[in-house]
Amino acid sequence: MSVTRAAVPILQVVLVVVAGPLLIGVIRKVRARLEGRVGAPIHQPLRDLRKLLTKERLLPEHASWVFALAPAVLVSSAVATAALVPLVSTVSPFAHVSDLVTITALLLLGTVALALGALDPGTAFGGMGSSREMTIAALTEPTLLLSIAAISILAGTTNLPAVVASTLHRPEAVISIGYLLAIVALAIATLAESARLPVDNPNTHLELTMVHEAMVLEYAGPDLALVESGSSIRLAIFLGLLANLLVPWGIATTPSVARLALGTLAFVGKISLLAILLGVFEVFTAKIRLFRVPELLALSLVLSFLAVIIAVVHR
Amino acid sequence: MSFAEISLVAALATGAAAIAAALAIGEPRRRTLLTGVLTAGCGAGGLLAAMGVLATGRPVEAEFPHLLPFAGLSFRLDAFGAVFVLVAGGGASAAALYGISYTRDHLSGRSFQALVPAFVLTLLLVPAANSMSTFLMLWELMAVTSLLLVLAEQRRSPNAREAAMWYGVMTHLGFIALLLMFSLLAAHAADGSFAAIRHTSSTMAPALRSLVFLLALVGFGSKAGMVPLHAWLPRAHPEAPSHVSALMSAVMVNLGIYGLVRVGFGLLGGGPSWWWLVLLALGAVSALFGILHALASTDLKRMLAYSTTENMGLVLVGVAAAGLFTSTGHPVLAAAALGAVLLHVINHAAFKGLLFLAAGSVVRGTGERDLDQLGGLMRRMPVTGAMFTLGAVAITALPPLNGFMSEWLLLQSLIHGAQSHVVAVAVAVPVAIAVLALTTGLTAATFVKATGTGFLALPRTRAAEDAEESPRSMLLGMGVLAGACVFLAIAVGVLAGGLARAIAAVGGVTSPAPFRVHGTTVSLPWQIVGTSVVLGVAVVVGVVAISVALRVLPRGARRRRTENWGCGRTQQTARMEYTASSFAEPLVRVFDDVLHPELDIDVTHREESQYYVESISLQRGIKDAFEERVYRPVLGGVAAWGRWARQIQNGSVHRYLAYGFVALVLLLVAIR
Repeated sequence: MSVTRAAVPILQVVLVVVAGPLLIGVIRKVRARLEGRVGAPIHQPLRDLRKLLTKERLLPEHASWVFALAPAVLVSSAVATAALVPLVSTVSPFAHVSDLVTITALLLLGTVALALGALDPGTAFGGMGSSREMTIAALTEPTLLLSIAAISILAGTTNLPAVVASTLHRPEAVISIGYLLAIVALAIATLAESARLPVDNPNTHLELTMVHEAMVLEYAGPDLALVESGSSIRLAIFLGLLANLLVPWGIATTPSVARLALGTLAFVGKISLLAILLGVFEVFTAKIRLFRVPELLALSLVLSFLAVIIAVVHR
Repeated sequence: MSFAEISLVAALATGAAAIAAALAIGEPRRRTLLTGVLTAGCGAGGLLAAMGVLATGRPVEAEFPHLLPFAGLSFRLDAFGAVFVLVAGGGASAAALYGISYTRDHLSGRSFQALVPAFVLTLLLVPAANSMSTFLMLWELMAVTSLLLVLAEQRRSPNAREAAMWYGVMTHLGFIALLLMFSLLAAHAADGSFAAIRHTSSTMAPALRSLVFLLALVGFGSKAGMVPLHAWLPRAHPEAPSHVSALMSAVMVNLGIYGLVRVGFGLLGGGPSWWWLVLLALGAVSALFGILHALASTDLKRMLAYSTTENMGLVLVGVAAAGLFTSTGHPVLAAAALGAVLLHVINHAAFKGLLFLAAGSVVRGTGERDLDQLGGLMRRMPVTGAMFTLGAVAITALPPLNGFMSEWLLLQSLIHGAQSHVVAVAVAVPVAIAVLALTTGLTAATFVKATGTGFLALPRTRAAEDAEESPRSMLLGMGVLAGACVFLAIAVGVLAGGLARAIAAVGGVTSPAPFRVHGTTVSLPWQIVGTSVVLGVAVVVGVVAISVALRVLPRGARRRRTENWGCGRTQQTARMEYTASSFAEPLVRVFDDVLHPELDIDVTHREESQYYVESISLQRGIKDAFEERVYRPVLGGVAAWGRWARQIQNGSVHRYLAYGFVALVLLLVAIR
């Protein structure tokens, strides 16, 4: 019993590390098929990572230890988050510290580390990406925390496993307007945080439109593998979290092997579905201008604020 | 004598010895060394005394009835005051150690050296004052010593005098507000002692109590850098020598919070909701306004000073939340909010002190404060760079460092407070959460800007290129505060008992279990301890594991330095880098309604043709909206009134006799 309980964080970490790149693969595949291309196989991002890991490690001429350390901080913060949040199971040895506020802060740590790493080589692209990334992150933060506050007020706690468990007990809570508004706001924040369309274009080759890709321009080889893997883990966490807040069914509430297996399947199913939806959405969406992004984020902020007010009135 | 009493006496004696040493020793190097060491000892003594009081909850009391005519001096250091003495002592020790080498070259004069320990002594004693006259005297001494310290570098820095003028005027306006406030309080009490005031304050008329609170808000708020009374802070703090900036920004501003809580909760015993809603609004505006200006500013020390306004704004939001929860009958949440306030005061002192000391190290190494002129310091000043980065991570409230702990606690108390059934609370609290969240995001951007453009990449000027690492005593001073940041993150549970005693000592907020938010899973301190340890271990272990794993890769044994990716350019120069201004530009543009950036482009054409440009000069400035819209009209009005009043006095004896006659008649009519 306690062994499986202790295994939950490890299982979740392994799952997101593998599933993250596959999610990227799924999104690319969906986009390719809808655009009439065959597209690369779904496991292509994993192959890319393997290839990158065998390459030489480089350090730009003017960079310091910050550049070298940033990808490791990004990945370890993402991995720590994956160990904390209820993706496969609500029981885990870290359940008591799995807190919505903590998780936003942990993810912000990764963002800040990468933004510093991007400034370190001293190129214009890195600075541009970093500046834009921090602009978006600063404006996304209130949406994240307010939608979290709305959900927490409805559930009576900010503890994530408890929030998910309370949704399992009272599924009608999800249908309330406050909850749905919070989820929509959280979804917009997710798109912004994981550098997806319409905020950022992950496939762009036009430097002027880039945010995330401009930041990681100087990274190569194993460092680039870490950055790519970190970003994909974050995407998997965000999608998994959204899925479990909206439809928690299938998540393991007891740490038995069978329930964990079911939970894993449910998790994989839910995030694959979300990834496919994301791919479809991206085909039909254009990137918006950088200075329109604050308007989108302001909209999500208003939604999340409404969610809090409704949640307060509702209680 | 208890441990706390012995430590406090030792601290005062060492402080006095430091002043004596500064005045007596003739040789400058020995003077700075001995004064610095003794001042650090004085701070350490204060720190130990505060720990003693916090650990036992037993206050230290002392009465000197004949020292001051009529009122005497009266001291009582309770657990609440001890939190602020703790901060002052710790901050002073680090700043004094740092000051040994920092002041050696150009600040080794007798008066400056003696003023620093005097300032430290007032910082240690203000939270211990137990009567109105003692408090006001120490408060004024603190203001005057710090004012003189701001002026220390007036010969080198042209702005110091103007800054000191602003500071002197504003701090004295605040002093007048406090004088009025205490007069109103003491008029109803048997004497000026805090105990007597507390005893009778509840019998005062509600309108009078509100007036007292508003006066406290003006007097203490201006000390804490609360908007719109903040205007002196971003001027005066940067102009002081850096270790004094650290003391002012990390320690002195806290005493504004101390006073507000002491008067609002302790002496008045809490009040109606609207007091706290006003405070909440002012705190939220301070937080947002402060961080937006910190974001837009390129002067390293000015940026840190604005960030102090922001942090004090957050603290004021916490105080307001505590008052609001008390007045609406949620004592447990109130205690949690007040706990967050005290924790943030301690944490802020640690990281803001560290950042100011690191900034001072940069100023010493380069002679530059402008981020747009710096860059590349991480490789030239590795220790300072690492210290600044640590402070930046802490202030951004990122786990696993200490800033995260207090902001987490504040957010928790607010989120749970939003469930209140009182409409005003239920609406105000989400706004506070949104402000807090936006502030966190903007802080991240601000400190990525500061670290990234100041310390990373290529140096932008010769000054930055030739930077040298600071001497050991300065690094030691920074190291003490960096250690405090780490210690406060890991061992925050150690403080829990002391904080609970401090909250109990305030009076006005009573809770059986100050750190348990009932009905939810939040239970402090264990959750917070667990969080900090788990996160710290997870992130550090993760980073180490990944770094080791990279080494065992087929070609991962070493890194090769290479040129940056070319993209068509032939060489990399510092002019290609993003500067601090350009980094902040998108966010400045988003918030241009608040910041009002001014852009002045001046194009000079060649004589031959307007299509050939001789030179382009671009000037960008961001002015403080409150200064432009509030201070300037008021100052203009005062000046106009002064000019008008000059007409009364034209030198004619006849006219003066007429004035005397009119005054006499009016007087007779009045007393008839």
